[in-house]
Amino acid sequence: MNTELFGIVATYLLTLVIAIPLGKYLAKVFAGEKVWTDFLKPLETGIYKLSGINIKEEMDWKQHMKALLTINLVWLVYGFFVLIYQDKLPLNPDGNPGMTPDLAFNTIISFVVNCNLQHYSGESGLTYLTQHFVIMFLHFVSAATGIAAAVVFFKAFREKTTVKLGNFWEFFVKSITRLLLPLSLVVALILALNGTPTSYEGKDQFISMQGDTVNVSRGPAAGMIAIKHIGTNGGGWFGVNSAHPLENPNYLTDSVELIAQVILPIAMVIAFGIFIRRRKLSWIIFGVMTIGMFLLLIPTVSSELGGNPLIAKMGVSQATGAMEGKEVRFGPAISGYWSTVTTIISTGSVNSMHDSTMPLTGMWQLLGMMINAFFGGCGVGILNYFIYLIIAVFISGLMVGRTPEFLGHKVEAREVKIAALITLLSPFLILAGTALASFVFTNHGDAAWVVQPKNWLSNQGFHGFSEMLYEMTSSNANNGSGFEGLGDNNIFWNVTTGFVLFLGRFLPIIGPVAIAGLLGAKKHVPESAGTLKTDTLTFGLMTFAVIVVLNALSYFPALALGPLAEYFTMLK
Amino acid sequence: MKSSNKLFEPALVQTALKQSFIKLDPRVMIKNPVMFTVEVGTLIMAYVTIYSLKNNGQGSPIYNFFIFLILLLTVLFANFAEAIAEARGKAQADSLRKTREETPAKVILSNGSIEIRSSSLLKKGDVFLCETGDTIPTDGEIIEGIATIDESAITGESAPVIRESGGDKSSVTGGTKVLSDQIKIQVNTQPGESFLDKMIALVEGASRQKTPNEIALTILLASFTLVFIIVCVTLKPFADYANTPITIASLISLFVCLIPTTIGGLLSAIGIAGMDRALRANVITKSGKAVETAGDIDVLLLDKTGTITIGNRKATNFYPAPGVDNKAFIEACVMSSLADETPEGKSIIELATIQNFKVMPAPAGSIFIKFTAETRSSGLDTKDGKRTRKGAFDSIRNIVLKAGNPFPAETEDQVKAISNNGGTPLVVSVNEKTMGVIELQDIIKPGISERFERLRKMGVKTVMVTGDNPLTAKFIAEKAGVDDFIAEAKPEDKMNYIKDVQALGKLVAMMVDGTNDAPALAQADVGVAMNSGTQAAKEAGNMVDLDNDPTKLIEIVEIGKQLLITRGTLTTFSIANDVAKYFAIVPALFIASIPALERLNVMGLHSPESAILSAVIFNAVIIPILIPLALKGVEYKPIGASALLRRNLLIYGLGGVIAPFIGIKIIDLLVGLFV
Repeated sequence: MNTELFGIVATYLLTLVIAIPLGKYLAKVFAGEKVWTDFLKPLETGIYKLSGINIKEEMDWKQHMKALLTINLVWLVYGFFVLIYQDKLPLNPDGNPGMTPDLAFNTIISFVVNCNLQHYSGESGLTYLTQHFVIMFLHFVSAATGIAAAVVFFKAFREKTTVKLGNFWEFFVKSITRLLLPLSLVVALILALNGTPTSYEGKDQFISMQGDTVNVSRGPAAGMIAIKHIGTNGGGWFGVNSAHPLENPNYLTDSVELIAQVILPIAMVIAFGIFIRRRKLSWIIFGVMTIGMFLLLIPTVSSELGGNPLIAKMGVSQATGAMEGKEVRFGPAISGYWSTVTTIISTGSVNSMHDSTMPLTGMWQLLGMMINAFFGGCGVGILNYFIYLIIAVFISGLMVGRTPEFLGHKVEAREVKIAALITLLSPFLILAGTALASFVFTNHGDAAWVVQPKNWLSNQGFHGFSEMLYEMTSSNANNGSGFEGLGDNNIFWNVTTGFVLFLGRFLPIIGPVAIAGLLGAKKHVPESAGTLKTDTLTFGLMTFAVIVVLNALSYFPALALGPLAEYFTMLK
Repeated sequence: MKSSNKLFEPALVQTALKQSFIKLDPRVMIKNPVMFTVEVGTLIMAYVTIYSLKNNGQGSPIYNFFIFLILLLTVLFANFAEAIAEARGKAQADSLRKTREETPAKVILSNGSIEIRSSSLLKKGDVFLCETGDTIPTDGEIIEGIATIDESAITGESAPVIRESGGDKSSVTGGTKVLSDQIKIQVNTQPGESFLDKMIALVEGASRQKTPNEIALTILLASFTLVFIIVCVTLKPFADYANTPITIASLISLFVCLIPTTIGGLLSAIGIAGMDRALRANVITKSGKAVETAGDIDVLLLDKTGTITIGNRKATNFYPAPGVDNKAFIEACVMSSLADETPEGKSIIELATIQNFKVMPAPAGSIFIKFTAETRSSGLDTKDGKRTRKGAFDSIRNIVLKAGNPFPAETEDQVKAISNNGGTPLVVSVNEKTMGVIELQDIIKPGISERFERLRKMGVKTVMVTGDNPLTAKFIAEKAGVDDFIAEAKPEDKMNYIKDVQALGKLVAMMVDGTNDAPALAQADVGVAMNSGTQAAKEAGNMVDLDNDPTKLIEIVEIGKQLLITRGTLTTFSIANDVAKYFAIVPALFIASIPALERLNVMGLHSPESAILSAVIFNAVIIPILIPLALKGVEYKPIGASALLRRNLLIYGLGGVIAPFIGIKIIDLLVGLFV
């Protein structure tokens, strides 16, 4: 087998080897069963005592969401001001300036919502203090928010009928102490040993072979790069993210970072089935997500390995595939794999420039983020999937002639209403956002903003359209990767994506948890021969069809004007 | 009731066509959000057509006019679907109603004199007289007398039935005919409030409420519509960015093609057709919800007698107790049955006659002891102090033992033997001394076990309710193939059983005719009362079966399931259609300025105009093409939920993707001849 493809297969298999046991562990942790990390209990008890939390107080879904939103609001306010005044605070050896209010607005929302869209460059835009106590802090807590929300959702289906769904703070604290911290520690160690900096000193200098003096930014980066992947955050220490030689020094660290970002999303799916004692359901969901992932991955890798047809027309050989925007130490295959993984899993870290990938690859990346449920972000991925599942349950329930039900709970108008609203949200945010941007670009190109709208796009035409579409899609999916080539640090993009980020995060958490809470409180209907089982291949296929059709119908025209038009024009 | 099975009767089509235009009223249309948006689109196109007559930039007026016309047709087709369903339902109900309108009623006034009044003027509480040859003017309850009645106008069954005051067979239906004797009937509904009136209102639409599933589906369809509004509105700035002018006609065409007009247009027709099918099965439902709930039933409670077994048990043997003379025993049996009007009682007399026993009337001054559900025995006390009792084994044994007399072991063995053979033992005692056992036997209806098998495959558990002892009940239950039984059932046993099953989260249906079952009928999720049943039972249930056919529930369950399946499959079909429509319209929109997108024109459609026209035409004509399916309903097959889903997904999902590719291509070939 080709070494490059072997790299993908090995990375994927290693991911499964770690993720599946991790899922079992995760289910046990949150079910309160005995696990080997129980030695951390005193630490947790200390945290609860210090914060005045009584974890015996169980909450219903509304109380959970209240707790979740409150704590997120606190972080939002705290981070906003620290970012603005970071220049006056300690740990700023490079003397970086404070953020403008619109950039701080965008940045703080972006990190609170686990998106990590970065309209700044880490080297010059942040200080070590904000990297640590805003960015890295939020890496942990935003991931823990997602996991805790997913556990609330799990809880709703564990018992036959229940309104009590555990304690939010317990789930939240345990997500950090039992999952995020230990896992990040391991990854950080591997990164540090491979050359990722961990020092608090400012920029280093060297004189290059051409005789130029080069300033190299450093900082305590290894820890943050670990949690940025474990927590599917994606916001890097350095501007170019994991394409940076210090952020991702070699193929080994590349694989480690790739594995690190996928294990929790997969583990959540495995944990779901164990937690609610329906393992088969988990495997069906896992199967649907895996097939979806491969359907995006295979054409991506193949188009990247195939090279650029325009270069081929010029008679230039591209034995290594399309290399523009890729790091030589990684190559197109694993970069293609990364681009798929990072877009389906809402990490949004990059090891190559997505702007430079082939047009169709760009489309697969966009689709991965539009669907946002093939594993998806840690915790929230399965919640997104649940919305598709409810729609599938409803339509297929009708098709077999029975009031639709999921795990013994009748799905009625109220649940369908919530699912329909959430389904509606993504096309609305993505398409309306892009439409607004297109409108401003076309009609108000001379607006006196930091970057004038007419100068937003580094590429005109279809590719420029893709750049705008990508930015909105990435924001809505809380992904955070950029197509780049977009002048995004100005009031238009900072504010619009700020709102998209916020709505695209919290509504898709509240919606599924609300549905789960409502369903869990309903009378449990025992299964009969007429009941449609959700843990069958047929139902998996139905869910898959719903995912594909809903997304294709919502985004086909936009994709036709962006990547498809570019691709077909390129072929001419 | 004879009804035509033709889907489109000319008279109905005419009414429906007229209604299709009347329903264009936006106040009516707004109830259907999907079709309402199409109507708004139609109005905009009317304006665009006029605008394009004098201005440039919005395409040719003729093309715009065609789009306008097709959109208008789309709305009309949808209205027609609803109207024809309503017309059919109404025609069905009218044929029932016709029989009872303007029938003269002989109202008995408070002073005893009789006044002839039109049936439409009868009020609740009025009492009227019906004699041989009279048509009963309205629904009511017999308060005096007994009569044979021809119910064929309602049930289609030509054999006359007996209706009498008191007991479970006291209800009469308007439109039926008295064949013999005379009866006094009390009106028990206000004019316009009979079940039939309610049913007519349900199919006519005025009081039709959406069922919970219908509401949920409407919400989902409305949200799909919103998604497509977003898709189409945002397409304008996208196209501006790409320097592609898009005409309003193209945008509206794209929008109308994408929104789920197929299911949106047929949704209410499907619901009405479901009610209509119930009516055709001679079942009057009080709400659409009841029919839908029937599709969800988990447990079905059925009376044994008349449902599982043919008619009634018949006496087949007399077994005197040891030391009792055969003749004396038969005499006791006859004495105990003289006042027993039940078919069992009559069959005992019949058997005695066959065995050459001369039946004499009861001696003067005898007191009849009526059967009650509590004592579970009946009998006769003669003047000379002879107390004859007949009843269930344990009730008679109690009487015997209480009086200090022994209960012979041989008789007890005989009782068991009869029960083990599926028979019903009736024990007879005279003066608290055991006389012997009468054997009654049941005959199970042919084909009934196949029906239960079908129910089992649907996921419905059948439970037989019987007054028999557990042994007999078990024997018959096994022979008939029911899943469970309630033996020696008293009214409260049925009630408790229903409550227990419901506590597990299951839905229960029940079909009975007796008065004392009214509470259980009300407790059940679906309660079907017989038309011959008492008013109390009819009020308590949510459906009335005009045929008095206890196995009717199987049909109702299927009608309920069909209703949901038809909605689900047509929704799937409608959404799946969009794939092909995209491939027709999107390249057509952009081909002028982005020639490379010609590659998306996979159907090779003639020109952008013909592509858009073909897609819109397909979108319109698919509605009338599917009306028959919507009215008849998609067939339900009890093959298990997953297999059924696979089947429907293949036919309506995959079929829904492929069909429009073919349809649009064909239409394009035709349209291409002109454009």
